[in-house]
Amino acid sequence: MNSAAPLLEVRNLSKHFGAVRALNDFSMVVRPGEVVALAGDNGAGKTTLIKAISGVYQPTGGEILLRGQPVSFSTPQEAREKGIETIYQDLALADNLSIGANIFLGREPMRKAFGFLPVLDRKKMAVAAKETMSRLDFHVSRLEAPVSNFSGGQRQAVAIGRAVYWDAQILIMDEPTAALGVPEQRKVISLIHQLKAQGRGVIFISHNLQDIFAVSDRIVVLRRGVQAGERKIAETNHDEVVKLMVGG
Amino acid sequence: MTSTSPAQQAEKHVAPQADHGDAARSWVRRIAEGRAWLFLAGLIICFEVWSRMAFGATFVLNPFNLQSIAIFAVAPLLLATGQTFVIISGGIDLSLGFIMGLAAVVAAHATNMAGAAIPLPLAMLAGILAAVIVAGVPGVINGLLISRLRVPPFIGTLGMFGVARGTAYLLAGGTTVPVQNSWFAALGNGLLFRVPYLVIITAIFVIVMHYILSQTRFGQHNYAIGANAQAARRAGIDIKDHILRLYVLSAMCAGLGGALYAARFTAGAAQAGEPLLLDSVAAVVIGGASLFGGSGTIFGTVAGALVIAVIQYGLVFVNVEPFWQFIAVGVVIIISVLIDQAQRRFSGARQDE
Repeated sequence: MNSAAPLLEVRNLSKHFGAVRALNDFSMVVRPGEVVALAGDNGAGKTTLIKAISGVYQPTGGEILLRGQPVSFSTPQEAREKGIETIYQDLALADNLSIGANIFLGREPMRKAFGFLPVLDRKKMAVAAKETMSRLDFHVSRLEAPVSNFSGGQRQAVAIGRAVYWDAQILIMDEPTAALGVPEQRKVISLIHQLKAQGRGVIFISHNLQDIFAVSDRIVVLRRGVQAGERKIAETNHDEVVKLMVGG
Repeated sequence: MTSTSPAQQAEKHVAPQADHGDAARSWVRRIAEGRAWLFLAGLIICFEVWSRMAFGATFVLNPFNLQSIAIFAVAPLLLATGQTFVIISGGIDLSLGFIMGLAAVVAAHATNMAGAAIPLPLAMLAGILAAVIVAGVPGVINGLLISRLRVPPFIGTLGMFGVARGTAYLLAGGTTVPVQNSWFAALGNGLLFRVPYLVIITAIFVIVMHYILSQTRFGQHNYAIGANAQAARRAGIDIKDHILRLYVLSAMCAGLGGALYAARFTAGAAQAGEPLLLDSVAAVVIGGASLFGGSGTIFGTVAGALVIAVIQYGLVFVNVEPFWQFIAVGVVIIISVLIDQAQRRFSGARQDE
């Protein structure tokens, strides 16, 4: 159903730690507006893969192509500048700061007060926060409130909002629903649908097959560092995926 | 298959709800945040009533009292502004007291030496500059220990507490170093429109520090690091560099404190800041910062330092044995932390749906 040119392509990627082959000869593609789920048991290599894509690890072999161009990242910042944003399970928000301050953390806008004194441009941060969050259909009344005031799903939305504001084209989401209650999980799933509608690519990692089937277009299963199978969601079912995950 | 299809799920489109500002909650938070100023107001009223009943004289409307309280507050406040930055970042700086002593001794020596060669006002400035720069050295070492060698701040600065203490006593030759510079003495004891120069200098300095903490990237990153260092790192903030600059900044605050001490007493003494270290931590905590990092303000710390100064001076003024000061300050610290805890329980916790 989606034959656009790949946004991200991973070709024969390997990452070895000494004798341990955490990831071996792995390939996958993500197209614009596509959600690709990564599934696999603990230690299957999911985390190694996303760390290699997001610049935390340098791959031992293979290549990563972004819109057809080979890229290599030596730090997560470089990956982020190229539009690959990772949203971690533990969120990576500064709880004591507002939504705007979190969106701009590390890249705060400044303005000149009285024409000469550089000060933080809080208004710009608040306006950007409001616009970004409303693009995600998330309406906040208290923009100056610290994000610790928000619920888990809302905080997840802030983390996603940060990626959207900086125009990330590929969002890697590591267990975005793991720490949330059921209604909150549904909200995150709906956020992912919106990212998809905006034409971004999403790599979605989850243990929860229900979530994977609710949101993904394709599922890639990893087992012991190698690709154990790839299925379109419409053409597979839970049992088949579990079999791929555990082997046999 | 029990799950809904993606299409169905998308139709429902359950967006996260907007949060609802709760007026009562935000009031509690506002009171808790301003508690240092409330303490201060309460204390001043207590002493005013006490003073009028006991002596039939005013406490707070007496300009001499206000001058004295402000002078009392200067040195602990200078240490506490630096300490505020460090505590917000989740660290602590135990070396500030003796860095201040070291700076006081350096200021005295440098002013005297420079006074032999250049005019007195320039010698005074040279002395102050030397004190602040020399104070930066233990700050650099603290910062390197904590950021590069991953020494916990408590231990690293405790070590520097000893090093600075020994160095200060060695430089002072075990005694106090008198300052021979009339300009320096005037700076420490003179008044401008009945306001001591020391208070004016400190007020300007505090406003600059408030600006740095609340309006610059450095200040913003400081809050972020204190709340979630991992998040700050992932956001691309250079934490090692930040921590280094942070401890240099706090040491330089102590350096200025030492220089002003030397001006006030026209002598440099290694033990100048010895009793002030814990007062500085107390001022920050009373001022609303959390020792876990991530919260606190400079003006809160100003209120905290004034609370301590009012207790110390007020009890002397109403003729209570000075030892009660320790008890009173201790009780205020405990009450302050209890209010903070209650506030967190009441409103700081996440609003789960």
